[in-house]
Amino acid sequence: MITPAHYTVLSAALFVIGMIGVLVRRNIIVIFMSIELMLNAVNINLVAYSSQLHNAVGQVFAIFVICVAAAEAAIGLGIILAFYRNKETINIDEMNLMRW
Amino acid sequence: MDFIWLIPILPGVGAALNGVFGIRFFGKRASGLLACATMATAFVLSVAAVIQLVGLPAEARAHDVTLFTWIPPIALQTVNGIGTFQIPWSFRLDPLSALMILVVTGVGFLIHVYSIGYMADESRGAYARYFSYLNLFCFFMLTLVLGANFLVMFVGWEGVGLCSYLLIGYWYEKKSASDAGKKAFIANRIGDWGFLIGVFLIFFTFGTLDFRAVANAAGSMPVETAQFGTLSLICLLLFVGATGKSAQIPLYVWLPDAMEGPTPVSALIHAATMVTAGVYMVGRNAVLFSHAPMTMEIVAIVGVLTALMAASIGLVQNDIKRVLAYSTVSQLGYMFVAMGVGAYAAGAFHLMTHAFFKALLFLCSGAVIHAMAGEQDMRRMGGLKKYLPVTYVTMMIGTLAIAGIFPLSGFFSKDEILLNAFLSNKIVWAVAALTALMTAFYMFRLISLTFLGAYRGPAWETSGPKAVHEAAAHGVSHPADPFAHGQAARDDHEISHGPADGVHTVVAGGHGHGAWHGPHEAPRTMTVPLMALAVGAVIAGFVGIPAALGGDNAIEKFLEPSFVAAGVAHEGALTAPAHQGEGTAATGAAADAAAPEHEKPEMAAAGEIGLMLFSVFLGLLGIWVAYRFYVRRPEISEYLAARFAGAHRVLTNKYYVDEIYGATVVNGTLGSANGLWAIDRNVVDGAVNGSGWFTIFTSWVSGLIDKYIVDGLVNLVGSILERSSFVFRRAQTGLIQNYALLMLVGVFVFVTYLLLR
Repeated sequence: MITPAHYTVLSAALFVIGMIGVLVRRNIIVIFMSIELMLNAVNINLVAYSSQLHNAVGQVFAIFVICVAAAEAAIGLGIILAFYRNKETINIDEMNLMRW
Repeated sequence: MDFIWLIPILPGVGAALNGVFGIRFFGKRASGLLACATMATAFVLSVAAVIQLVGLPAEARAHDVTLFTWIPPIALQTVNGIGTFQIPWSFRLDPLSALMILVVTGVGFLIHVYSIGYMADESRGAYARYFSYLNLFCFFMLTLVLGANFLVMFVGWEGVGLCSYLLIGYWYEKKSASDAGKKAFIANRIGDWGFLIGVFLIFFTFGTLDFRAVANAAGSMPVETAQFGTLSLICLLLFVGATGKSAQIPLYVWLPDAMEGPTPVSALIHAATMVTAGVYMVGRNAVLFSHAPMTMEIVAIVGVLTALMAASIGLVQNDIKRVLAYSTVSQLGYMFVAMGVGAYAAGAFHLMTHAFFKALLFLCSGAVIHAMAGEQDMRRMGGLKKYLPVTYVTMMIGTLAIAGIFPLSGFFSKDEILLNAFLSNKIVWAVAALTALMTAFYMFRLISLTFLGAYRGPAWETSGPKAVHEAAAHGVSHPADPFAHGQAARDDHEISHGPADGVHTVVAGGHGHGAWHGPHEAPRTMTVPLMALAVGAVIAGFVGIPAALGGDNAIEKFLEPSFVAAGVAHEGALTAPAHQGEGTAATGAAADAAAPEHEKPEMAAAGEIGLMLFSVFLGLLGIWVAYRFYVRRPEISEYLAARFAGAHRVLTNKYYVDEIYGATVVNGTLGSANGLWAIDRNVVDGAVNGSGWFTIFTSWVSGLIDKYIVDGLVNLVGSILERSSFVFRRAQTGLIQNYALLMLVGVFVFVTYLLLR
């Protein structure tokens, strides 16, 4: 049988993959994709337990997360575009203006 | 006699008027007349007062007049118990002060008259200044002799010292004159120091300063024959004051220099009155001195040594006034000999006769100097007898008087002293007799060099321009003149030309009317006082004819009550006639037990006459020797001077006493003053400067502390923070993935903690 445990494992794996992507990849678009991946992993987890517990709250919360992710991606991309116009790079290692 | 306070006040008023108004407004005639008028009135009043005094019975001859209270009564604890101390400003007329006021006003008046002629060449203002000072001096002197207590006398004592300074330095533009004035005042002050300590001791011992009270208190004290007690110390200190005022050893050095003043000043102050103040003071305190035989011995010895020393210096002096100055010091020594052997009346008697003949001698010398247009060196005089007959006769009278030739006044007074000295101390008598011989010699030497023999002075023209040249050259040391070189080289005080010197640019003539027409007699204002004083010098002795010659020694009996304490005066007056009768032959120094304060040794009349003959013989011998030396064979004196050149040099240089004083006392004082100045400069100012330096130093140190330590701490804190911030800001890499990693690690830690809790 496919139990909610399977979905949780899947969610955790996706989350970790996303986490590692955020921490390791240098391309900022890829980092954003990794952040979306983390968010979606959380969605899977929420929907799985909402189905098991026969409670709609989980699914509603998942809709909220999708909404926020979309808004955040829009703003983030806007920032990246602004930064790219100034610095001509998308290598996050070169985005260290806030350093000491 | 209640008017006796007027006697000092009148000259004082004259001095004030002449001083305040006379110098600016009065003419010469007015100021001279004013001064003489005050003195004449004072003399008349003195005579009237003395006549009234003599009218009283002998024991009651004392009259006090109090003007005001100077120090009001205060309670006082002294050695003798608690008493009341007060000082009224009172004058007392008793026999001794009666004698003194007659002498001061009489001789003073004659000298004032003489000064009108002598000082006639002065400018109007200076003339008035002179008479103001002279009157001021008489005011102080009369206060001195009339004072009834030590403080009033001291006011006069100091005042006469002041006036002596003012008058000696009268021609103050001349440095030697102002130096002489300073010397006189300073020497007087040194004596006054001793005098004041003596007065303090009297105040401490007796609790009073009134003469009669002190004499009465001392009269009941024992005579200090064995040890040197309080009374002896008091009398010794008073005598120190007397040595300063009356020019005895060691403070006589001012008197010869005082000849820088005008001659009438020398006559009045330094012959007749001021220098006798010391003698008067000792006589006034006769009771005190009688109780201090050791001090009396010191007084007599100092007196006789001074007499001898001064006479020896006078033998070789060439300035006519110097000879008279040393003669004065010598005669004052005689007076102190008399006081020292207890013959107070004899001392006062000699004071009176000395005032006459010494003032006479000085005034005559003034007439000679006036005639010689300022010349004072006797070697350039001679043969003036025919030009100055009146001066010659009067000066001869004065010389015979001082030499002690019978029957002039000096004979009686000097003989009285010699008799009493003989009865008391043979050695003192011998030295005094030797001094008498020398006195006669040097006085007749003076007469011979000045009036007798050939004229040795400068020639004069009767008319023509050469006369002006001659007179101008006179008085200034001529290069070809052998005498002038020697004098100038040795002592530039010797020739003090008074009116003929620097200040008064009128050609060297005493009259100021151009050329010098040769020596001529002085005007009447000068010769009449000479004659009056000569009369006095002749007859003044007759008040003291001793018993041995048939008289009754009136002056001694008259003065007796002043020299004994009040309780004993009665006894003294009664027993005195018994002493005076001829035939009471108690030879030797037999003290009279009935009147212990007044010993009256006795001698046979024959012995007395023998002594008198001896002293007359000494006088005549001195005169004869001087006559031989200076009139008959003048080369003898030069031969002797060459033969005994060393002694001659010592005498001419006055035993080098001034040089000794200069080297020791003066240089000692200057040296210690310099030493004190060095201390002040180095130690005191050094301390002040050092504390200033120290303040600057500490402020520098504190500045360093502030700059390096305090500011350093503050900067240290800052730098610590800065260093640590270097470390911590490395965490701000600016790399987003680093931050994300940190967040992840933090989450793991938190969750682990929660799980393991």
